[in-house]
Amino acid sequence: MTTIGWIQIALYCAVVLALVKPLGGYMTSVFNGERTFLSPILRPVEAGLYWVGGVDEKREQHWLTYTVAMLLFHVVGFLSLYAIMRLQAVLPFNPAGQSAVAEDLSFNTAVSFITNTNWQNYGGESTMSYLTQMLGLTVHNFLSAAAGIALAVALIRGFARSSMRTIGNFWVDITRCTLYVLLPICIVYALFLVSQGMPQTLGAYVDATTLEGAKQTIAVGPVASQVAIKMLGTNGGGFFNANAAHPFENPTALSNFIQMISIFALGAAMTNVFGRMVGNPRQGWAILAVMGVLFITGVAITYGAEASGTTGLNALGLTGGNMEGKELRFGIVASSLFAVITTAASCGAVNAMHDSFTAIGGMIPLINMQLGEIIVGGVGAGLYGMLLFVVLAIFVAGLMVGRTPEYVGKKIEAREVKMAMLAILVLPLMYLGWTAVAVVLPSAVASMANAGPHGFTEVLYAFTSATGNNGSAFGGLTGNTFFYNLTLASSMFVGRFFMIVPAMALAGSLAAKKSIPASAGTLPTTGGLFVGLVIGVILIIGGLTFFPALALGPIVEHLAMTANTLF
Amino acid sequence: MLREIRPAIVLLLGLTAITGLGYPLAMTGIAGAIMPTQAQGSLIERDGKVIGSSLIGQEFKGEEYFHGRPSATLGPDPQDSTKTVPQPYNAINSMGSNLGPTSKALIDRVKEDVEKLKAENPSMPVPIDLVTASGSGLDPNISPEGALFQVPRVAKARKLPEDRVRQLVTEKTEGRLGGLLGEPRVNVLALNLALDAAAPK
Repeated sequence: MTTIGWIQIALYCAVVLALVKPLGGYMTSVFNGERTFLSPILRPVEAGLYWVGGVDEKREQHWLTYTVAMLLFHVVGFLSLYAIMRLQAVLPFNPAGQSAVAEDLSFNTAVSFITNTNWQNYGGESTMSYLTQMLGLTVHNFLSAAAGIALAVALIRGFARSSMRTIGNFWVDITRCTLYVLLPICIVYALFLVSQGMPQTLGAYVDATTLEGAKQTIAVGPVASQVAIKMLGTNGGGFFNANAAHPFENPTALSNFIQMISIFALGAAMTNVFGRMVGNPRQGWAILAVMGVLFITGVAITYGAEASGTTGLNALGLTGGNMEGKELRFGIVASSLFAVITTAASCGAVNAMHDSFTAIGGMIPLINMQLGEIIVGGVGAGLYGMLLFVVLAIFVAGLMVGRTPEYVGKKIEAREVKMAMLAILVLPLMYLGWTAVAVVLPSAVASMANAGPHGFTEVLYAFTSATGNNGSAFGGLTGNTFFYNLTLASSMFVGRFFMIVPAMALAGSLAAKKSIPASAGTLPTTGGLFVGLVIGVILIIGGLTFFPALALGPIVEHLAMTANTLF
Repeated sequence: MLREIRPAIVLLLGLTAITGLGYPLAMTGIAGAIMPTQAQGSLIERDGKVIGSSLIGQEFKGEEYFHGRPSATLGPDPQDSTKTVPQPYNAINSMGSNLGPTSKALIDRVKEDVEKLKAENPSMPVPIDLVTASGSGLDPNISPEGALFQVPRVAKARKLPEDRVRQLVTEKTEGRLGGLLGEPRVNVLALNLALDAAAPK
């Protein structure tokens, strides 16, 4: 670890923190339906969409209607995305002549993109046409991100409102999020990325004759427009197979820094939206503090592990940390930082190959995802995931002092705790369950690229990433098989929707409750005690759930590595 | 529930038109107009022919060129198109080795490379970037140490004084942005082009 490395990390945190208030303020006014500085341009487009769609923007929805609208939107999106991939060979904008995507791979990819996972069982430049990248994948990068934010806003309204039956209008929330938040930022962002060297062209792949006279075909495409929303919306699906490690997908140290900022920007700002909407911004800062402590701890561990290198490489007299699978322009620090950010949020873009990380360096990304991606988290999804843990922490605190627990003026009762537990328990069921199945099926074991405990970690990482809707991978695993295409798709589906539905039920039941003023017996939820309590609950619940699996994978591998045992 | 079907379809189509066609096509048009070089992939031409991209690494094997990092990319087997074989710096199939820290295959590969490099230049420790595969397999850079390590070999093959080659390396070394972001590096293709200009093969 170096001083300049830590300065880069500190600068990163400072920029993210500086963006929280301005972005939070802007997003709050967008979701409160207020006029913004972009309204003169965007309002006619917005009103036009409502008019054609028959949406009455003044009419709010019950939580059940809100959820049904969201699910229907995803069904339609899934069908259209599947159709585009199956038909890409006969559709325009296909200069590389990509053939139709296979049925099981199309199914997996469609589920992957509507759930904001962007797991990639395909290599972008060798599988997808430009039309699929734009009309299919870019669109769902926008829409799945907007849906996540909309759902988080609906849950926030549940906390903020008193004795109301409705929690907002899904159609209005998703439209305003796309038009007023995501699109304007992406326009500026995409042009910045092009300035750094990211291609944005519909031209065919380029044939070059190298200095030594060999032929090199260079894949290009409309990259920047997709990468902007891929990062901002914490989607993570790469235009290219190597994702943000590819020099076209992340050309410079500056593009890398801004990409890291954009992963956290909206998720961190959502805590501020929460604080503002419940009437006390300090509530938002307390939640951000919980996230911050867990984040910095993870960064320190991964950075330390990668900077120390591996026993095998060090024994050959090589110094400078574990550079296998890392790009030179990013080095150890920016690769380690990126890995922790992308898994703390549900982004899943990678600028280095996690499969080649040290055992401990690669374990932190795994833990980040297993905790439910609540450390900032996916746009929207991170906040509602974190609020579920807050409900549990408040409940535990209430048990300790023998009072009915309250949070931001709402009594937390049996129904709320049940919904929170349901959402939290469904995740380990998927990733531990499917991992257990995969490691006893010979055909699934054959997909592992590494032998020994590392192979087990590859499988555990895959199901964890899919369930958490992250999308990053220990990329050696051959995921494009019938078994993994279907089981990973089921993990992504359950991980997204079995968390959303209980969270929306929670929103509905909270909105219907009366707000009660804080009394002397109320646990203050803006101080250090509360922050510590939530961190404790997260680590205890998480630790008890997945520690045994980690012991079989990265922990035993670390012990083997220090003994210089190879597999 | 039925009343939600119309907005589901209309908003999907409307937002698809905006974010899936309007936005990427507008970006393509604007980027192509104001930043045509970057938008098309930062291509480099010499004598009217495209010789590569300044951002994409290419394979160098000859003694008279600086070499890039090991690349783990694959390409189709010319004998049997259903199989893949190593094809370094294949720019239509980016990937890393994905070998883990306890992988015997990784350590064997690195050991072999380290021994070759030690034989080539026993006077310096082997820089780690010259024996570890990049994440993309297309890394255009090596570290300044990685370039300096290769100076004796290149100078000998080019019949140039080592100091002259070392000077080219220094000229092509880029530092951290603002002294802070990124890592010091040398673009291998740019260095080799400078070398060709300084001393034709």
